[in-house]
Amino acid sequence: MARLKKKLVQWEPTDIKAELLTKYPPKVARKRAKQIMINEALENTTPEIVANVRTIPGIITMRGCTYAGCKGVIMGPTSDIVNLVHGPIGCSFYAWLTRRNQTSASGEKNENFIPYAMSTDMQDSDIIFGGEKKLEAAIQEAYDLFHPKGIAVFATCPVGLIGDDIHAVARKMKEKFGNCNVFAFSCEGYKGVSQSAGHHIANNQVFRHMVGTSTTEKTDKYKINLLGEYNIGGDGFEIDRILKKCGITNIATFSGNSTYDQFASANQADLSAVMCHRSINYVADMLEVKYGIPWIKINFIGANSTAKSLRKIAKYFGDQELIDRVEEVIAEEMPAVEVARADVLPRTEGKTAMIFVGGSRAHHYQELFKEMGMKTISAGYEFGHRDDYEGRQVIPTLKVDADSRNIEELEVEPDEKLFRPRKSPEEMQALEKDGLHFKEYHGLNPDMDKDTIIIDDMNQYEADKLIQIMKPDLFCAGIKEKYSVQKLGIPQKQLHSYDSGGPYAGFVGAVNFYHEIDRLVNSRVWSYMKAPWQENPELSATYVWE
Amino acid sequence: MRKVAIYGKGGIGKSTTTQNTVAGLAQMGRKVMVVGCDPKADSTRLLLGGLSQRSVLDTLREEGEDVELDNIRKKGYGDTWCVESGGPEPGVGCAGRGIITSINMLESLGAYDEREGLDYAFYDVLGDVVCGGFAMPIRDGKAEEIYIVVSGEMMAMYAANNICKGIGKYAQSGSVRLGGLICNSRAVDNEKEMIEELAKKIGTKMIYFVPRDNDVQRAEINRKTVLEWNDKVPQADAYRGLAKAIDENTNFVIPKPLAMEELEQLLMDFGLMADA
Repeated sequence: MARLKKKLVQWEPTDIKAELLTKYPPKVARKRAKQIMINEALENTTPEIVANVRTIPGIITMRGCTYAGCKGVIMGPTSDIVNLVHGPIGCSFYAWLTRRNQTSASGEKNENFIPYAMSTDMQDSDIIFGGEKKLEAAIQEAYDLFHPKGIAVFATCPVGLIGDDIHAVARKMKEKFGNCNVFAFSCEGYKGVSQSAGHHIANNQVFRHMVGTSTTEKTDKYKINLLGEYNIGGDGFEIDRILKKCGITNIATFSGNSTYDQFASANQADLSAVMCHRSINYVADMLEVKYGIPWIKINFIGANSTAKSLRKIAKYFGDQELIDRVEEVIAEEMPAVEVARADVLPRTEGKTAMIFVGGSRAHHYQELFKEMGMKTISAGYEFGHRDDYEGRQVIPTLKVDADSRNIEELEVEPDEKLFRPRKSPEEMQALEKDGLHFKEYHGLNPDMDKDTIIIDDMNQYEADKLIQIMKPDLFCAGIKEKYSVQKLGIPQKQLHSYDSGGPYAGFVGAVNFYHEIDRLVNSRVWSYMKAPWQENPELSATYVWE
Repeated sequence: MRKVAIYGKGGIGKSTTTQNTVAGLAQMGRKVMVVGCDPKADSTRLLLGGLSQRSVLDTLREEGEDVELDNIRKKGYGDTWCVESGGPEPGVGCAGRGIITSINMLESLGAYDEREGLDYAFYDVLGDVVCGGFAMPIRDGKAEEIYIVVSGEMMAMYAANNICKGIGKYAQSGSVRLGGLICNSRAVDNEKEMIEELAKKIGTKMIYFVPRDNDVQRAEINRKTVLEWNDKVPQADAYRGLAKAIDENTNFVIPKPLAMEELEQLLMDFGLMADA
């Protein structure tokens, strides 16, 4: 305890790391040590971190399951595809409307199936005798009720254990209906080390069953796909507003506010703009190989990043008309942002934040904090892989372990009819030379200051410890961490679901975020709070191995 | 009431041995219930004279929750109660979960209650203990004595040893014990000596040696236990002997399963001796 009373200034990053590990049994400490990194990223190299490995049993991880990644994250935001969960009712109920995905229900008939929780509600006898017949009946019921364009079926853990062939049922029902695409996801919760496996499984099936099936031709001039944007709290609405204002057509968002037809015509875009690298880079790669659509990494979180991203897109198309229009839009939008920024800056400057979310958000949101003069002193991903920390150059060196092999990897070839290179190799080269990098993501590490602490697969114990030692002004994570953090007297902002706020993307989003964070870090409510045990600890305990 | 489970390699003769033994116990005046824990639902065929009965799980599925004890058990030879747990068609669902559900149902319906006046409950369990469901009868104090049917064939002994591992696991936390090995002879070399040695190494006894006899097959074709089909043949005496051995058994242990090398060495020592 004596060490804990040291002031922040006295703590060296190495001391902090040692303190986080000190209570662990030796084997656990060894493993966690590789996932806790003191940043010393240099221009071209970044230190290696271990990521995307199994969580140690007994550790209260922040991660979610494969089903959550597939059903909740990727397919959840789609408005006109019926999501049908094959399993006991809890998996469906507790994944119901928890992600705050918004939709404008822009499908053909303005269908909006997001508010529904559809499940086969498996019972004991379905487990014993198999649930295929019940699934068939449920698909039929969903079809009769809604006549949707697509029905997506999700496997929960027991379905994988008893071996129901959900893909065969889906195929059979698709043939039976003729006008409804039924496809299934083997996304049993236990399948990967985190929700990241679920993203991959979802992307594979979206690509296999929907992309490229539309026959309507899109004739707009500047057509892009926006990949890895999930319209939490209306982020996607704000980005679409800006794109539209610039004259850029967003053919398909994967998958915020998306519709069946958007997925189906994604092959017609001329550029893929990737927001969340982790959850969607597979699709970006496959779109390029099969249809010839190049991709760039962009980020619409933060006003400056938004402006930068718009300029990148304009540069790709290369038309002066678009380049000028983008500059006009930026010039129009920025003054309001600057006013809000100038208002909060005196109160937010110098404050500190920690971010432990996602596979991209822990990186993207640092931009917003930077704009407010705040420093991110520690960050990490729940389900990121090494390339999300260190940059895509490490991909060839990634070790493919049994857990990754468990997830299908689609082999894609150029489509005989639909493959069309968007730019000649010379044009691509010229753009690269001009500073527009394709298929490039440099990861989180190089953007964080030297000696900041980067922690993969953060857990409750380490979070508590880190907060006690470093006393940040704000901690960003998800709902599971919300109240344990606030009990330590530190405001917590949910960056999965945005609490009840948003949008935080784009220009309007930046203004919203400034105000929200100003409110949180300057609220005095935390200083009034003192838990009874802080003055009179009645209980003390030690770990069994001490 | 003594709660007995019979395990052993698939096809070793568990169901035949169980039913003939139960018939022997019935002749001794014991009140017995047989619970078949096999999705094929063929564990009580000989006692019921080929009468197939509706399994617990089928009844549950068709009648819903409103099930009476008499819907799921039938009286067989010598006033034994016969129950078939049942299960899914091959290749679908989860048979293990089915056994758990069906045993729980029997319990909640009071099949084991004192007023039933049972001396024995016998569980006849499918083949190897492949998953948690098939271990159900040895968990939670459901079966307390286990007998493993084995022969002198390598795979049968290997399976028996494996089952001992399962028993060992649950014996640590519960009351289940190994009662002994039943050798159902395949007439291989040195069979009796080899199984006796195996039993000794595991820490138990070969409780009985059932000779191989074609009368078993003849009785089965007539859908009867040997004791019911022809009480006078020597094989009927053999089963009575086994019933008596079980009835008088007091030797219950936590088994010590062998390492693979030990088991193979045992086969080398005994199986090859005939050549020498």
